[in-house]
Amino acid sequence: MNPNLNLLIGLAMGLNLLSLGTSRLPALIRTMSVQGVILGVMPMIMEHELDWRVALIALATIAGKGLVIPSLLRRAMRTAQIDRELEPLIGFVPSLLLGAGSAIAALALAHLLPLLPEHAGTLLVPGALATVLTGFILLIGRTKAISQVCGYLILENGIYLFGLLLIKAMPLLVEAGVLLDLTVGVFIIGIIVDRIQRAFDSLDTRKLTALRE
Amino acid sequence: MKSLLLIMVPLLGAALAAAWPCNRSRPLLLPAVGLIHALLCGWLFFAPPPVEPGAWLAFDPLARAVLPVVSLLFLICAWYGVTYLKVRHERPNRIFVAALLAVLGLLSAGHQARHLGMLWIFTEAVTLAAVPLLHFNGTPRAFEATWKYLLVGGTGIALSLLGSLCLGYASLHGGGGGNLTFVALMAQGVGLSRPWVLIAWVLLLVGYGTKMGLAPMHTWKPEAYGEAAGIVGAILAGGVTSVAFTAILRIRSVVGAAGAGTVADHTLMGIGLFSMLVAALFLLGTRDFKRMLAYSSVEHMGILTIGAALGPAGVMAALFHVWSNGLTKGALFLSAGNIRRAAGSASMDHVRGMGLLTPKSAAIFVTGMFAVTALPPFGPFFSELQVVWAALNTGHGVATAMFLGCLLLAFFGLTRVVFGIVDGRPRDGARADGKRFVETVGLILPPLVLLGLSLWLGLFQPAVLHDAWDAAAKQLYPSP
Repeated sequence: MNPNLNLLIGLAMGLNLLSLGTSRLPALIRTMSVQGVILGVMPMIMEHELDWRVALIALATIAGKGLVIPSLLRRAMRTAQIDRELEPLIGFVPSLLLGAGSAIAALALAHLLPLLPEHAGTLLVPGALATVLTGFILLIGRTKAISQVCGYLILENGIYLFGLLLIKAMPLLVEAGVLLDLTVGVFIIGIIVDRIQRAFDSLDTRKLTALRE
Repeated sequence: MKSLLLIMVPLLGAALAAAWPCNRSRPLLLPAVGLIHALLCGWLFFAPPPVEPGAWLAFDPLARAVLPVVSLLFLICAWYGVTYLKVRHERPNRIFVAALLAVLGLLSAGHQARHLGMLWIFTEAVTLAAVPLLHFNGTPRAFEATWKYLLVGGTGIALSLLGSLCLGYASLHGGGGGNLTFVALMAQGVGLSRPWVLIAWVLLLVGYGTKMGLAPMHTWKPEAYGEAAGIVGAILAGGVTSVAFTAILRIRSVVGAAGAGTVADHTLMGIGLFSMLVAALFLLGTRDFKRMLAYSSVEHMGILTIGAALGPAGVMAALFHVWSNGLTKGALFLSAGNIRRAAGSASMDHVRGMGLLTPKSAAIFVTGMFAVTALPPFGPFFSELQVVWAALNTGHGVATAMFLGCLLLAFFGLTRVVFGIVDGRPRDGARADGKRFVETVGLILPPLVLLGLSLWLGLFQPAVLHDAWDAAAKQLYPSP
């Protein structure tokens, strides 16, 4: 329906692949923050007339996902003095292939789902699914705590993309919950990352193995 | 109004605890708030207020059937907590007390949520509020447990949000006006778009199932329960998991109204049996008695889920089991906490002869273990019997056989660990530690009371409780 919207979703899906292919944490964080800004712009171009609720969500998303969280993550990265994911559980090329595969699977799956006429032409559903799957690949396939947090945030970005389908019908409360969760979640994760670093002198979650059967 | 007080009083208590200057007197806020909450909850239980159908938060029959046991469990744990925090006077307890009270307030809100979005927000908030409780001990192992809890729990909670959005879209696609109260969703019934309802069901079951600790999403549980203090384990196992369970019950009723009840029941039965099996197998292998409690909790979450799959009679049995399991597990967690402190370790490899070192706690622990493995006069025996009856009456013969088989395996696993640490002669190092662990009244009486309540639930179950569970089942299955 809206070519600009589909262009932005396509960009966000491209950024998914970029995040899967990089080993450098600053690049991963930058990719994530650019994706956050793109997501924040989307509701503004979706609506014909801009009401204050939609504008508020857009601004909060840009500020949260685009600025606050990336800067918190950069601080955590500096505290921990690491900037590379050296030994991922799923290598960078296999992750890329998985990411591309999940994008194709998402497009195929989205065709099977019934959509309202006003959503029929958009890439929102496949974009959301592909982004959620990308988040999962990062969560499972990376060993550094910061990469996993980035994976979690990309997962949340996918959920946000899906939420755009409902932005008109759902109360603001639900969207506010998303943002609150995000900021608070990362805030706490950030503290914990900091403490794990002090406790283990490393940010390698593979060393978290004292507790096992 | 009183139902809102259930939420506001603990949250105000949490704010007060955060501002309270004195480390020594702060823990007294726990029983104070717990008592007000329990009195309010009891009042609402005996005089249920009228429920406005469109209300987002209300003390409805389902909340009435579950929230009182959470309140009761919290009150007794709070009593234990005062002594526990006195023993642990070296650690600042500001955040711990505040977080514990916040968890109570948010649990009350989650149990009363009649709106899909509100339910999610409060479950998410409980998840976050419980984080400081887990790393109270401040050891590297506690951090490890907290990290896993947050990562697994956070992913689960994200998936349940995605599921909630899918259910919202099912309503929108079916012509709904964006009203996400469960009443409105159930009224829409078969008007909900079926493919979206099924996707939503899977995501919500995985999401809230993670919070509940169903296998294979249970991986955070042994770490969290194994490292957290006994009081935290009791509240997580008896309170936090129950809010996820009622969430699944509420969503199941919407899915049932949409005409996919059979699919939902099959998945619930499958995941419940799988959880019981996984828990039973891990119980046979674990060597740590606190992790043992976590696997036992996974097993009982499986029992609840199986009950939820068996129609109104099964739901009633499951609600009964929420009570009996919550109270009995509370006694186990608190006595295990005592043993853990006295022994300095939670592993069978280092702990034995606790029957001599901490005779009272060990006696409660052993009795609680028999109660939770369904020894007749205790509550869990009767609730599990009702689950079996409901299963046989609905023609689930094979499932019943598997259910009983898993219970037997779990019994072997539990007795193996429990007698391994209670029997025998104490290790030499345990006595030589200098300051011996003293079993004061404040550490013994709370788990004993919980055990007594479990017995009471089995022997003298009042009719009013039965009516409350019946009303909740009627709320979830409106057509007779």
